[in-house]
Amino acid sequence: MTRSHRYRSLLLAVSIAVPAALGTAQAADTVKLGLVAELSGAGAPAGTNWRDGAKLAVAEVNAAGGILGKKVEMPEYDTQTDPQVSRALVQKAIDEGVIAIIGTVYSGSTMVNMLVAKQNSIPQFVGSEAPAIVEKGNPFVYRTSSGAQKGVPALTPYFKDTLKAKKVGVAWVNNEFGKGGRNVFIAEMKKAGIDVVVDAASEQAQTDYAADVAKIKSANPDAVFVYMNQEESARFLIEAKKQALPMPLVGEVTLTEAKVIELAGNAADGAIAHVGVTATATEVPGIAAFAKSFEDTFKRKPTHDAIKGYVGVWATKYVTDKVGKVDGEAFAKTMHGLCLKAADHPKILLDTCWDDRGEMSRPSFMVQVKGGSPVVIGTVPAN
Amino acid sequence: MSQFLQVFLSGLATGAVYALVAIGFTLVWQAAQTVNFAQGEFVMVPAFFVLIGMHWLGLSFWVALLFGFAVSIVVLGLLFKKLIVEPILPHGGITLIIATMALGILLKESAKEFYGAEAQPFPAMFPGDQIDVFGAAVSLRDLLNLVISLGIVILLTLFLNRTRTGRCMQATAQNPGVAEILGVDVKRMVLYTFLINAALAALASFLITPVYLAKFSNGETLGLIAFIAAIVGGFNQIRGALVGGLLIGVLDNLTATYVTAQYRAALPLVLLIVIILVRPQGIMGTSEGRAV
Repeated sequence: MTRSHRYRSLLLAVSIAVPAALGTAQAADTVKLGLVAELSGAGAPAGTNWRDGAKLAVAEVNAAGGILGKKVEMPEYDTQTDPQVSRALVQKAIDEGVIAIIGTVYSGSTMVNMLVAKQNSIPQFVGSEAPAIVEKGNPFVYRTSSGAQKGVPALTPYFKDTLKAKKVGVAWVNNEFGKGGRNVFIAEMKKAGIDVVVDAASEQAQTDYAADVAKIKSANPDAVFVYMNQEESARFLIEAKKQALPMPLVGEVTLTEAKVIELAGNAADGAIAHVGVTATATEVPGIAAFAKSFEDTFKRKPTHDAIKGYVGVWATKYVTDKVGKVDGEAFAKTMHGLCLKAADHPKILLDTCWDDRGEMSRPSFMVQVKGGSPVVIGTVPAN
Repeated sequence: MSQFLQVFLSGLATGAVYALVAIGFTLVWQAAQTVNFAQGEFVMVPAFFVLIGMHWLGLSFWVALLFGFAVSIVVLGLLFKKLIVEPILPHGGITLIIATMALGILLKESAKEFYGAEAQPFPAMFPGDQIDVFGAAVSLRDLLNLVISLGIVILLTLFLNRTRTGRCMQATAQNPGVAEILGVDVKRMVLYTFLINAALAALASFLITPVYLAKFSNGETLGLIAFIAAIVGGFNQIRGALVGGLLIGVLDNLTATYVTAQYRAALPLVLLIVIILVRPQGIMGTSEGRAV
């Protein structure tokens, strides 16, 4: 080998080795969380709020020293509200070295993509509420709000004792989320001895609710349980007002969300919902601080999805720090049966527990839209 | 009875808006012998022009509507004809059809990029008061939508049949070569057709968006339903597009109420198959022969 050749080989080796070493050094100083969410498509209102809540949490976690002392990075993956895309993106995020998946929100997507995270022993915090998600024996999936099988039963006393309903209707969106809530609600009403006189299914992204509302109006129930995603909820409320639907409209979580109120305008007034967590519960110090910080950063009010994304990132930090290393199996063991007190872990916002299936319990709220804003009208203890 | 009336009138109101969009298909077909597959997006976009007028330029709602209407006519009428139809049409109808598909995607993605993926609220032009019609609480907004849409269709029909310009436009649609020999300014007539199409799309947008909400993806459903309405009614007749639009609007609501809500989306397609099998020229359409 000539001197010139040796020189060139040395240069080549250095040019490969230096960036590689730098990359390793950088990788060692950071941990990645993979934000996989519905950033476009029908689920965009939920997914973009989830992302922004998570982004706010990442900024705060980094300001507080990161996870295991390392800076947190959160690459974003847009599922386009397509379950198959979400599955591919969870795999992509894992291939790119994330230590946890933050998302998805839509239950139909989570049902498909959580198997990928499970196969790779990667913890996954989801915003989905379909009961089936925690019934599959997946030790790596954890909710950031109660599932429908916990949230919907919390409404039963409201229908039975407060509204004194004898016959009710249910209007639901025919997807994984809607079906889950509708099934739990019907079972609950049966237990409570309340008749379900109209069962109106609608499609995801449906735009015209004239027939659905007319059917409900004709059945004349004492109250209606509305269980749809944001845009569908808004369109339903607009049509309900157009047809002067006289009975109370009660939902779980989405019906009184900020985005629904923005879209439905005054048609949302009077709507009632049980929400796992709401930014309007400003008597809770953590929630008030979160709501202010979110509004300052994103110039809009946070929805419950934003709070869920926020809690997902902070729970990842608290639990990883508790485990003391990046280890999916140890993370799962720690999560099951874990309770985090807001006094010790203020960013978890409310005292929160996860059971051995990843289901979450924490106190919740009843809210009603009054004058264009959701107002807390009662609290519901953790169940 | 009141439920039937409620659903029927509501279906008519929605169907009348479908008819406005379907007439656009018919007009473009007659003017350029092509199908504008961006027609749904032509209905989605004007609502965003209005929102831009309100939120970016600080205009009041009614001024923003005028602004949106004017911009729609320029962009979706004049520019569409000058920049897309005129250069591509000489290369054949199929090429133009593909170009309109691409335009539809461009408009949809542009709306998403520019205004976001989330739906936006859109104010209604009329109050949402209810009036009692034989026991049915019918929305005043629905009734006015119906009256306006039908009024526009009647005016358009009168314009095409009773005015010199309208008859020149019809002559151009039937045979541009002969029309030109007879002294008709064919290029101008074709331009008028595109401007009318843009105006109809803008009007449909302003009527339907308060219910649909302003969203980049609105054109997908609207475009498909209106296309089917135009075929069902008769692609070469304005009154056919009207009948097709009303029929689909009413049948959709009646099916969802009395038969099945789950399969309502399939109804227009079933109707399309039946019409193609039984009466291929459409309910009101006339058979057309073409030399190849």
